[in-house]
Amino acid sequence: MSEGTPTKKAPYVVPIGPIHPALKEPVQFLFDMEGEVVKKADFAPGQAHRGIEWMGMRRNPIQIIHMTDRICGICGVTHSFAFARAIEQIVDIEVPAHAEYIRVIIAEFERIQSHLLWAGVAAHELGFDTLFYLAWRVREEAMDVIEYITGNRVNYGLIQVGGVRRDITPEQHPTIQKCLDGYRDLLGKMLNLFLKDTTIAIRCKDCGLLSFEEARNLCTVGPTARASGVPKDVRVDYPYSAYGDLDISPILPTAYGGDINGDVYDRIVVRLLEVAQSVEIIETCLKEMPEGPILWEPKLPKLLSACKKAQGEAVGRHEAPRGECLHYVAMDGHEAPAMWKVKASSYSNLHSWIPMLEGEQLADVPIIVASIDPCLSCTDRVAVIRGAKRDLMTKEDLHQLSVEKTRRIQGC
Amino acid sequence: MNETILTPQELIDRFTTAFGKSISDQRIQIRAEGVKKIQNSNIWMTITRDILKPAISMLKEISYPHLSVISGWDVGEELRMQYIFSIYFGERHGEYMVIFTVPLTKDDLVLPTISDLIPGALFTEREKQEMFGVTIQDIPDGRRLFLPEDFPEGVYPLRKDETGVPDSMIKHLWQVKRPTDRPAPPVTEREEEPKAGAEDTKVKKEEKKGENPPPEGKKPEAEVKSDE
Repeated sequence: MSEGTPTKKAPYVVPIGPIHPALKEPVQFLFDMEGEVVKKADFAPGQAHRGIEWMGMRRNPIQIIHMTDRICGICGVTHSFAFARAIEQIVDIEVPAHAEYIRVIIAEFERIQSHLLWAGVAAHELGFDTLFYLAWRVREEAMDVIEYITGNRVNYGLIQVGGVRRDITPEQHPTIQKCLDGYRDLLGKMLNLFLKDTTIAIRCKDCGLLSFEEARNLCTVGPTARASGVPKDVRVDYPYSAYGDLDISPILPTAYGGDINGDVYDRIVVRLLEVAQSVEIIETCLKEMPEGPILWEPKLPKLLSACKKAQGEAVGRHEAPRGECLHYVAMDGHEAPAMWKVKASSYSNLHSWIPMLEGEQLADVPIIVASIDPCLSCTDRVAVIRGAKRDLMTKEDLHQLSVEKTRRIQGC
Repeated sequence: MNETILTPQELIDRFTTAFGKSISDQRIQIRAEGVKKIQNSNIWMTITRDILKPAISMLKEISYPHLSVISGWDVGEELRMQYIFSIYFGERHGEYMVIFTVPLTKDDLVLPTISDLIPGALFTEREKQEMFGVTIQDIPDGRRLFLPEDFPEGVYPLRKDETGVPDSMIKHLWQVKRPTDRPAPPVTEREEEPKAGAEDTKVKKEEKKGENPPPEGKKPEAEVKSDE
């Protein structure tokens, strides 16, 4: 920071983003840099706002349920689950217990594949690509079972208002069980690879810190909150669907024997252990699944006319892989909802980036941004302003910075 | 923070004794799902704007609330804003939701900020300003959140009155024609025609050849669809 020309004054402003058109959640970051250290962080979401709520208010609930599948590419069941629960409360539909268990099974498979996808991305951001390949290969097994159950890898179209559209028959259990056994055998290896690795520990410990107070006051949800010690898990706290029947407790970083630091490392611990928890939940559900129908009303015109008559407002929630997902729906006796508000999990988590990123190095930005499990797209294009000169950095350049830091630490 | 855990009814009683007539239409929505039918409850209360901040402070004294989101509902003559909280998280099966509905008349769409009480509220308050045209007083950061910078002022997408999205801004996909200012696609026309309806397609093909550029050829189809 020598006293040079006035144009070359610190802090430098480093914008990251906003978009790559293919990305789910493009975000633009603005960093005030002092050397390599982020002094101030800010971000602007909404680069790909599609107005889904506006579209939904011009459709009927049964059309919306298929639109909710398409809100997110990874959480294929989360939004339809939450939306269906809201409609079921307004119309006063009792979902058959058999269907509730199927919903939970598919929601937990979604958690497994989402967490493994995240683990792979995190490894890639650190420059540990062999681990990235491993995580994504084992993720395929969950994807295969999801396809086996629903017929699709994404956009499952499984949930219907009042139940599910496809059954899980006893003949399907062995295939599902085989997949679960595979994950149980694998867990020790994954924990060993991620948590005992020196490089990952050096890069992730005390990096991207979020204290308990910050996590609570900023209303964060899911693994981001739990890694900071906030014991918030809708599945445990709020008995809904088949989760009320299960004996589960929220996973905190202490489950792996360590203290709660609220750093990137803790977020890895929470997510990996949640994969194990999901395996347990699916097994219990398969074992205890009661017999019965899968739908409250299989005839769609009847279901639709029941929805049309309904009046009232309700909130449907579900613990998505990234945290609480909430749908607020108001019906006023028309075919389309009078109001529909979608609160996705990342909506609550994005602002926790600011306390996490401030004070960190530019090379740590990719892993910290990734650690709350948003769409990584954010770091796609980086423009570095140094004085009057403006260099464009691609996502690859930034990724390279992160990889170089890992190599530097390893001393090779 | 208070150690004793209030039941939903006790919570409502505490609010009604504290705020009296400012609270109306309080109700508990109970639902039981799964095999064991363990109950979960949501508390709904309609409160006036004046007690919004005291009510949230009181909720904070009971247990630090998690603010999920602030939602809104344009019912015509008024806007109803829902402050959706959940309290007692971390207690197994002990959490319930507390939803404050704050009605606002259309000529006075002003709300106080609650981001001084709950910092995480800022995000959703910014969204309410741009989506519903509600003014949040003393908001520390009043920028837009999701809407682009070139989005017109005075248009609020989730409103259902004249300030909502006008028809002129809606792009109907079925009315979108091929752009006329671009060269024709470099696709050679197929030699062989499909067998069914061979006569008709031949006629159409001739018409197409006559008219250049190709968007003209597509026009009748687009018009028919837009009439639907």
